[in-house]
Amino acid sequence: MYIYDQYDRQIIKERVDQFRGQTDRFLAGELSEAEFLPLRLQNGLYIQRLAPMLRVAVPYGLYNTAQLRKLAHIARHYDKGYIHVSTRQNFQLNWPRLEDVPDILEELATVEMHAIQTSGNCIRNTTTDQYAGVAIDEIEDPRPWCELIRQWSTFHPEFALLPRKFKIAVCATEEDRAAFKFHDIGVELVHNNEGHTRFHIHVGGGLGRTPVISQLIKRDLHWQHLITYLEAVLRVYNQLGRRDNKYKARIKILVKAMGPEAFAERVDQEWQHIKGDDNTLTEAAVARVQAFFTPQDYDVLDDSSCNRELASQRLESNDFGRWLDKNVQPHKQAGYAIVNLALKPTGIAPGDITDLQMEAIADLADQYSGGLLRNTHQQNIVLADVKKTDLFALWQRCDALNIATPNLGYLSDPICCPGGDYCALANAKSIPIAEAIQRQFDDLDYLYDLGPIDLNISGCMNACGHHHVGHIGILGVDKKGREFYQISLGGNMGREASIAKILGPSFTPEEVPAVVEKVLEVFTQQRHPEEQFIDTYRRVGIDPFKEYVYA
Amino acid sequence: MPNSSEASQPSNLIQDNQIIDNPWQIVAKDAEFSIADASGYILLPLAIWLQHAEQLQNSKTIGVWLDSDESPEPLEAMCQSIPVIAINFPVFADGRGYSYARTLRDYYHYAGDVRAIGDVLHDQMYFYKRCGFSSYLIREDANAEKALAGLNDFSANYQVGSDQSNSKQDIPVFHKR
Repeated sequence: MYIYDQYDRQIIKERVDQFRGQTDRFLAGELSEAEFLPLRLQNGLYIQRLAPMLRVAVPYGLYNTAQLRKLAHIARHYDKGYIHVSTRQNFQLNWPRLEDVPDILEELATVEMHAIQTSGNCIRNTTTDQYAGVAIDEIEDPRPWCELIRQWSTFHPEFALLPRKFKIAVCATEEDRAAFKFHDIGVELVHNNEGHTRFHIHVGGGLGRTPVISQLIKRDLHWQHLITYLEAVLRVYNQLGRRDNKYKARIKILVKAMGPEAFAERVDQEWQHIKGDDNTLTEAAVARVQAFFTPQDYDVLDDSSCNRELASQRLESNDFGRWLDKNVQPHKQAGYAIVNLALKPTGIAPGDITDLQMEAIADLADQYSGGLLRNTHQQNIVLADVKKTDLFALWQRCDALNIATPNLGYLSDPICCPGGDYCALANAKSIPIAEAIQRQFDDLDYLYDLGPIDLNISGCMNACGHHHVGHIGILGVDKKGREFYQISLGGNMGREASIAKILGPSFTPEEVPAVVEKVLEVFTQQRHPEEQFIDTYRRVGIDPFKEYVYA
Repeated sequence: MPNSSEASQPSNLIQDNQIIDNPWQIVAKDAEFSIADASGYILLPLAIWLQHAEQLQNSKTIGVWLDSDESPEPLEAMCQSIPVIAINFPVFADGRGYSYARTLRDYYHYAGDVRAIGDVLHDQMYFYKRCGFSSYLIREDANAEKALAGLNDFSANYQVGSDQSNSKQDIPVFHKR
């Protein structure tokens, strides 16, 4: 992973000092609430329903065990002993004290972590595939490019006060696991006929109140121009994006209003001024960053003998076999596998882990996966470099920690925002809805029969739970002070991106599990053998679901 | 919009790393203005400046100010002789002016004074400087001493800026590594 040099360390240290000064001035009454608000937001600090929330940046989801142990310490010492994995691959602390935040940042800085630009109307954490560097369908490791974007966007002086937040994702795989079509900018890495790196730039995707699939505005951008081109896009947005209505302020609204061709043309005009300036990437600059992401020294393992051993271990334990099928993914290196640690056991808020679990997971990562971990936007944790010969032992340890539920990608593995239990923006709770559905559908064999289903739950229109792109999406709404839930079907966040359609009038919390049950009944009636939910939905449309649910 | 200034001003203009008295009067957008009556140092709103552009071309005492929804584009061909181009921040969170400053510096190669006016505060100083601002009219109730210190919040940068004071600041660190 990327390791700080003197410049990175200096910048992070100066940031801690700066934020300490800002906090002191706020507490002394020299800064008003309104003046402090964007400052604290740009440092990931929200004032939530019950307490502040501090969002810690995990650039493109990658971190090491020293960082995880530090977070466990912070969760224990400054918070209530647990932490939350967010849908942007970051970590969130739910109960820090405002006056402790500078100290927390200082502790984070000792392990090369920070909370810079994890909120606010600025360029947020750049995200990518959680399997980056080890995925079998990868064109090229996207993380060096993510790191270069991270550096360019960090304290960018021109783009600290944009019309609205701005999110960039990089996709470098055949199967899209970064949801790049639902980002303000989706950077799609491709290789040209000569095998040279180029980027397709997609702009104007997003979820929130107005879900939109992005538009391709630039094909085959040469890698050396990545940063200047991004800068041109941002410069257009900063000047022309709407500032009169925060619900119309995202770049997707601007791209729609101008039309993608006119928008692309305007970007090109800006770009011609800055193309080739000092932000232009050089081979040396890229090579320096790429050197941090070279593959680890893998052992030479015989894949087929590993697989034979796994086959016999399956016979010993059915549970291990299920975990192997559902939570373990293929790795590009022979004899290795990618392991997903499942953070969605029923009864625990999806994505929450305790300090003790964090320390235990850090031990597992040190022992079995080269000391590195990744957060996923599905709110799980990945150990990306596990020897197949270690899988059985690792599974036993995970099982004991309650992070081995073999449900990855199934209905009981929902994406779920913190919702009304924590978040001041929420209209409704989301965690109890996730739990009610998990309880209703606790038979794994039934879930496996249903096949993969993305269940995404948001407690409000801001869509942190990505409900628009769930195969089944649930949105909490407020009706005269009571919580109701709108169900939508048919969203998808991969390359075959689609936005879910609303089924009809909303339901009470008590009704939701039964409605999901009815949706699944329609699916099983309509389904062709082995067909996945999303494919059946696309074939039959929403009407049969609507008719049955509201019959 | 900034208010028309009275004769006596607090010392709240930062220029060349110093806090100085502000001799510049800001003329409001809806004010009456005639060149004949003009005296002292004056910043005119863009529309009025453009009306009188020909006579003002070589004035050393009359500059122009842009509001946050006014791009410097109309000034491209004739900005070089303007002594001060001020950019208004009606609220500090409206960040359009940062791009305007960079447009003036990097595209038009404007070499005069680019001034931040309006809701100009300590915590944005470093970003102003990096976008090519060269003077800062600090909001009257804010502490100009502390704001001055804000110009030096950071000592290294990841990206190109349009800094005027110290060109070394302008080199992204990836070229120094």
